[in-house]
Amino acid sequence: MIDLGPHAAFIWASYAIYALVLAGVIGWLVWDGARLKARLAALDARGVSRRSRAAAKES
Amino acid sequence: MTQTNTAPQQSLTQKLANPTRFMQLSGTLMPWLAGAAAALILYALYLAFFVAPEDYQQGQTVKIMFIHVPAAWLGMMGYALIAISSFGYLVFRHPLADVSAKAAAPLGAAFTFLALATGSLWGKPMWGTYWVWDARLTSMLILLFLYFGLMALRSAIDDEALAGKLCAVLGLVGVTILPIIKFSVDWWNTLHQPASVIRMDGPTIHPDLLWPLIVSALGFSLLFFALHMKGMRNEILRRRLRALTMAEVDRARGVSAPAAAE
Repeated sequence: MIDLGPHAAFIWASYAIYALVLAGVIGWLVWDGARLKARLAALDARGVSRRSRAAAKES
Repeated sequence: MTQTNTAPQQSLTQKLANPTRFMQLSGTLMPWLAGAAAALILYALYLAFFVAPEDYQQGQTVKIMFIHVPAAWLGMMGYALIAISSFGYLVFRHPLADVSAKAAAPLGAAFTFLALATGSLWGKPMWGTYWVWDARLTSMLILLFLYFGLMALRSAIDDEALAGKLCAVLGLVGVTILPIIKFSVDWWNTLHQPASVIRMDGPTIHPDLLWPLIVSALGFSLLFFALHMKGMRNEILRRRLRALTMAEVDRARGVSAPAAAE
């Protein structure tokens, strides 16, 4: 274990908060992207897509 | 006789600002950015914990600097990005600029919070207190509240175009906080130390501590841009989803309305 001196708790706590917050942000972005892609895929499976919308506008 | 191309010419920024092209470009670029960020952050951690010496006054707590300073820079850069995007949205009315501003707000807020939290944990052993209402700390706290205000304002308005415009105005007005944060340590008598890296006469930090800090700042900057790109991609997908759902609802209404009338 690295010896970080008498204030080791403050140093580890800083790095732990950093890791937690960044892991939370990354996790949220990945989860949000996967959820949106799944919902778009569900719409696409029902025949609702950007192409069908464009075709509907043209007709 | 020569044929002339009558298609409208697009500038480079217009080409890049096309959402479909942005999705293609960012899809290719994002994994490389994320990979480079991860490699640089791991290298910075190695330098911070195994190479960088103790500070002669602050001892090992100087290791907090390697994450605190990049967080503070990125917290401020996030707001600068919002201000530039807001200007682009208000002047050029390009929706991708609004997407950029929206995606940058939670990231900027996260890094500003990290700067405040790590600063507080650094302050206790060095200053004897977690918090003091000095100009640098207070102005950073105001920056965090500005981020919260931007996110709250956007989520409070259903009309996306109106929300974008109002957030762009707030984004531009709020940018005045950035020079206040930067020069707060010069204008007022603060407990926070004055600038020691970005100075007219060069950095005053020893190179053995400066180098890990620069690697760390580069790594977290690349991470910020990768996350911003991911946030923008998500927002584009969200807007596509909303448009398709609305179109489907309209179509269903168009079909069901005559039936209801019969």
